[in-house]
Amino acid sequence: MESNVHLTKDLFVPIQDHLKDVEKINSPTVSFWRDVWRRLKENKLAMAGLMVTLLLLLLAAIGPYLNGYSYYEQDFTQKNLTPNAEHWFGTDQAGRDIFTRAWYGARISLFIGFMAAMIDFIIGIFYGGIAGLKGGRADNVMMRISEILYSIPYLLMVILIMIVLERGIWPIIIAMSITGWIPMARLVRGQVMQLKEQDFVQAANAMGSNTLWVLRKHLVPNTMGPILVNVTLTVPNAIFAEATLSFLGLGIPAPEASWGTMVSDALGSILIGNFYQLAIPAILISLTMFAFNVLGDGLRDALDPKLRK
Amino acid sequence: MLKYIFKRFLWSILTLWAVITVTFMIMHFIPGDPFAREGTMPEAVYKNLNEHYHLDQPLFIQYTRYLTSLIQFDFGPSLKSNTMTVNDFIKQGFPVSLHLGTQAILLAVVLGMILGVVAAYNRNKWQDYLSMILAIVGISVPSFIMATFLINFFAVKWGIFPVATWKSWAHTVLPTIALSMMPMAFIARLMRSSMLEVLSQDYMITAKAKGLKGKFILIHYAIKNAILPVVTVLGILTANLITGSFIIESIFGIPGIGELFVKGIFNRDYPVILGSTVFYSMILIFLIFIIDIAYTWLDPRIKVIGENN
Repeated sequence: MESNVHLTKDLFVPIQDHLKDVEKINSPTVSFWRDVWRRLKENKLAMAGLMVTLLLLLLAAIGPYLNGYSYYEQDFTQKNLTPNAEHWFGTDQAGRDIFTRAWYGARISLFIGFMAAMIDFIIGIFYGGIAGLKGGRADNVMMRISEILYSIPYLLMVILIMIVLERGIWPIIIAMSITGWIPMARLVRGQVMQLKEQDFVQAANAMGSNTLWVLRKHLVPNTMGPILVNVTLTVPNAIFAEATLSFLGLGIPAPEASWGTMVSDALGSILIGNFYQLAIPAILISLTMFAFNVLGDGLRDALDPKLRK
Repeated sequence: MLKYIFKRFLWSILTLWAVITVTFMIMHFIPGDPFAREGTMPEAVYKNLNEHYHLDQPLFIQYTRYLTSLIQFDFGPSLKSNTMTVNDFIKQGFPVSLHLGTQAILLAVVLGMILGVVAAYNRNKWQDYLSMILAIVGISVPSFIMATFLINFFAVKWGIFPVATWKSWAHTVLPTIALSMMPMAFIARLMRSSMLEVLSQDYMITAKAKGLKGKFILIHYAIKNAILPVVTVLGILTANLITGSFIIESIFGIPGIGELFVKGIFNRDYPVILGSTVFYSMILIFLIFIIDIAYTWLDPRIKVIGENN
């Protein structure tokens, strides 16, 4: 059989300059996290949450130094002042500057929130990761233990433990962490159970990697998305729990300020018409919870667009 | 089905036992002893008191004694009240707490479901945005802050509703609202996303094609199927409501078990704290048991999974 296509040299011309780049990939490769960030940027509510979070962090850092008052200094000639040029948020019933106290309180509340989330994250990853990887009886026992602990309402457990511990920042964080890690552990376990059947994990196992290595190199990075969402949503929960504890008189001792203690100190003052003393910490707590909640929701949508409704 | 119910029941008993044990042990780790505060107490009186409350016996004996009396629904004596036992306190407080809790959960479920359905049905219209803004506010504002705002405006400023006692139905309005906001917001969000999923199913189109009326489809096809996820979270929401009621009851001065618990904390009256915790856990575990059964009954798919496990 003879081909009836005759290829002669004059059929070919050198490629023209303007056509050289048609096959080139112009945009840089988009990594997973960059893609998430792009989707997150389109979510106005989540961006508002991110802005508020950053603003709160900034004010927590510099706020206490801005107007020259300290959080503990009492001045009984200046008590119960409404917001004015001297005291931007007014003063409380002991004549302390509310602006300074509010941002000092922000430090404590945010510190507790982040630390609690961090500890839950670390314990949760190890416990959930090991249960998910080992499977079988170990998994069964570990999950039963966590299930029983989890059936005690979180806040009730925290309150009970705080009755035993001394009052202070670290006791609060410890009390929160005793059962706070469970949701994270369950989440990680579920993810690990799904992932460990995947080929790349089996390959790692076949090559003799030990459990910790597989956990660190393969499983944790792949479950980072849902974990990040969970961490973001743990922070407002911890801030809420701290506020509740302080409100019950089990939180931060005076003269330190947290938003919860400020609300609880100001509770009596609404009857004499000093509503701003209560409103300022109350609004700050709500704003923080709002910011973290919408940011967490936005992250969840950005990480998995399929879930978006 | 019976086998499943029996298994769930055993599990509930085991959980309850764990809660009792954990709480009992926590109470005993509290440094100092309950009568140390009354400093001038003669040695003989102190000894008699300890003997009377069996505090001189080994921990294990105290523990088994407490368990056996609990089986007979005896929560023991109060340390701070000479005339009332913990049982008397619970008998007094429970009807009040039950009333408040039932009202709050009903309001949360009904209003939350209406908001969720309206939002999903009018997706991306103003009704949707309004409902979701309400839901975000509900999740961001802790119940005790909601309570103080409600008191400030509706009771102190405008005098619409009375507060600080528990006499007429008007007294129940503000605490019910404060307590139900969080679960309501949660249910609204859940109901919305679950409705959106159901509305996109093929059988919805079939129903429309058959010429069924919109309202009929909405009630018998959409809501009926979308309600399941709401049932699953009812247990967690009730737990939330109960812990929320501690603070709401003490803010509004409602003589329920929540207030009893908080007073127990302030007075360091350990049998009262222990008793109210155990009582609340009993109710909660019982409710979760009922919800689990109801869930398998509502959704036959779950039953199969439950029985195979």
